[in-house]
Amino acid sequence: MPPELTPTHGTTVIALKWAGGVVMAGDRRATEGFAIADDRIEKVFHADEHSTVAIAGVAGQATEIVKLFQVELEHYEKVQGDRLSLEGKANRLAQLIRQNFPMALQGLVVVPIFGGYDLRREEGRLFRYDATGGRWEEEDFMSTGSGGRPAKSSLKKLWRPGLSRDAAIRVAIEALRDAAQEDVATGGPDPTRGIYPSVKLVTESGIEDVADEEVRRVYEAMIAEEQGRGA
Amino acid sequence: MAFQPYVPPEQLMKDRSEYARKGIARGKSVIAVEYADGILFIAENPSATLHKISEIYDRIAFAGAGKYSEFEDLRIAGIRLADLRGYSYDREDVNAKTLANAYSQALSAIFTQQMKPYEVEILVGQVGETPAENELYHVLFDGSVTDEHGYVGIGGRAEEVTEKLKDRYGEGADLATAVRSAVQALAEVEGRTLEAGTMEAAVLDRTRNRRKFRRLEDSEIGAILSG
Repeated sequence: MPPELTPTHGTTVIALKWAGGVVMAGDRRATEGFAIADDRIEKVFHADEHSTVAIAGVAGQATEIVKLFQVELEHYEKVQGDRLSLEGKANRLAQLIRQNFPMALQGLVVVPIFGGYDLRREEGRLFRYDATGGRWEEEDFMSTGSGGRPAKSSLKKLWRPGLSRDAAIRVAIEALRDAAQEDVATGGPDPTRGIYPSVKLVTESGIEDVADEEVRRVYEAMIAEEQGRGA
Repeated sequence: MAFQPYVPPEQLMKDRSEYARKGIARGKSVIAVEYADGILFIAENPSATLHKISEIYDRIAFAGAGKYSEFEDLRIAGIRLADLRGYSYDREDVNAKTLANAYSQALSAIFTQQMKPYEVEILVGQVGETPAENELYHVLFDGSVTDEHGYVGIGGRAEEVTEKLKDRYGEGADLATAVRSAVQALAEVEGRTLEAGTMEAAVLDRTRNRRKFRRLEDSEIGAILSG
């Protein structure tokens, strides 16, 4: 691809289950080739009141797919007077990704993760996708994007069933920090400029955007602990 | 070619109007009342699933009276128009005035060109950031639009209901007062008491986040009416 056509890429996003539902989080970096395009981009979105979608891949395509997905979910809800099931939403997103497949073949790949609180089953659920529109349900946690691999290793070590809210946020931040240390395209927390990963919780009562201030405190506590251990 | 008798246009329009009015008169009335935090829509509706009142967009709601299948048709067209516009441009660019105009054009075309007119009357409401910025449009079966303020009744016994509301309406009333006065107005016109379980009510509440529309549960209406 000619350099002037290099598209903006979103990098690492992760999701995990906890006692009250799911946590979805992402770093804030977007890249254009070897350049940092944006250090405050948002990659985790509200799909509707009980589900979130996070994206890795070509940012332009991805935000467009998310926007269409959000409109479709709300449109369905208003016309039918009822919400789609979580399974239904996950399937619809798979179709949108499949529609993008010809573009993916040309290098414009978008890979989302989707999660939410299933009001009928009364539990948090997570779904993983690939560029062809393949859709699989994940049991515990998952990650995608350029820093997805190191993030996954860290989730594997830190995740336990039935995590509390605070523990789940801590695990998410730790996984993203590990990804930032191993992957050049993933942005780590930047206290001097006040940039922290975006973290969202989905529970029975809806979506909570965890405030930057809380993420900062968790991050600082994590660093203090490491320094205490002499790491 | 079949023989077509000459019918003067005045007569034709008069017949169609009469037909539409008769159809609407068979249905129940719907009320919209402005209150301190927004706009209340309320109607007697024994069905819990076939709604007369619905969300259209972030700040906009719809209420229909008359023939269900016809106003349902208009409701869905409105949601489609609003969602499409918001997707193509921006959420801010969706407003009640555009919708009311689209409804007016559609109903007017149906009234003059189709075999039979729609037997419906609709309301399109939009809550503003201040009460002065609220908008409420009343669209008739022939496409005529009126801009309403404060309160309005549509459907079966619209005029009587609006007349009753006139005595009860107070600017800046709270939600409970608005619900009570609307239910009293409906009950007086119908000449019987109305149970909370048979009422359908929703508000456009400016204190809410992006989506201002909220349905009132039967239990909430019950608590207001008995309180």
